[in-house]
Amino acid sequence: MDNFTVGVVVFPGSNCDRDVSWALEGCLNIRTKYLWHESSDLSDVDAIVLPGGFSYGDYLRCGAIARFSPLINALDEFVKSGKRVLGICNGFQILTESGFLPGALVANKNLNFICDDVELDIVSSKGGWFNNGDEKQTIKLPIAHGEGRYHCDSDTLKKLLDNELIALRYKNNPNGSSFDIAGITNEQGNVLGLMPHPERACDETIGGTDGLLTLKSLILK
Amino acid sequence: MDQFAVKVFVRLRPSVLDPAGEATKSASIKLGAEGIKSLRIGKMIEVKIEGNGENEVRDKIDLLCDRLFANTVIEDYEYSLEKL
Repeated sequence: MDNFTVGVVVFPGSNCDRDVSWALEGCLNIRTKYLWHESSDLSDVDAIVLPGGFSYGDYLRCGAIARFSPLINALDEFVKSGKRVLGICNGFQILTESGFLPGALVANKNLNFICDDVELDIVSSKGGWFNNGDEKQTIKLPIAHGEGRYHCDSDTLKKLLDNELIALRYKNNPNGSSFDIAGITNEQGNVLGLMPHPERACDETIGGTDGLLTLKSLILK
Repeated sequence: MDQFAVKVFVRLRPSVLDPAGEATKSASIKLGAEGIKSLRIGKMIEVKIEGNGENEVRDKIDLLCDRLFANTVIEDYEYSLEKL
């Protein structure tokens, strides 16, 4: 486990890549490696984070162009092998655009870019990304997005509910997301996408540590 | 090879809230325009493309629309095609 390495993907326009690396290396002592989006060699990383930002300037739609990068093409095999992938904010948008997670993220209901701390209910700990005991757990994480309104059709929502794929729900829905959804996993549980930023909540001096567990769980098998 | 001018229209599906359209509708009413029942904003993409006949070009445009220009989870598309 000492050599466990998390790949942090860097697209043109990513801006949370260094935050993620700081949180993993500095707060959790987990080794990281930046992966340029043109790379398709994922052989020396054990888990991957798609960080927040504005990949390719969010041209066309958020995450739409990033989907065609060599790295995302190589991600399919990585996910099928059971390795863990965490998509934060723009990373979540990329995961939905590329079909690793269902639904889509569209402009916030009030059109504002929202930068705030939000309270989140942990709905499912599928994949071990969150701590979900017998009692209902609530965590506080920062959000920073203009296009974070999760949208899916009713069939998809039913599938999410039936398979316990909804990981996080906003307590006070800030952006108009369907069913207050803030984060979801795939059916295997090894892919998590969420709009809140766990990497910005890893040290008390910057407002909280509720994001630590999610980042730490990248090393779970 | 034939050349075609294609206009692709991408629209949010009717079931998806369009807050930018709502804001523009509100401004339109403030401007004094009466009778606006609905206002929704989409995208128009112009492509010049060549291929062996209309059918081949339509196949290419269908692929582009379905895989790139529109996200069919939230958007519908249609296009018109003119031979140049």
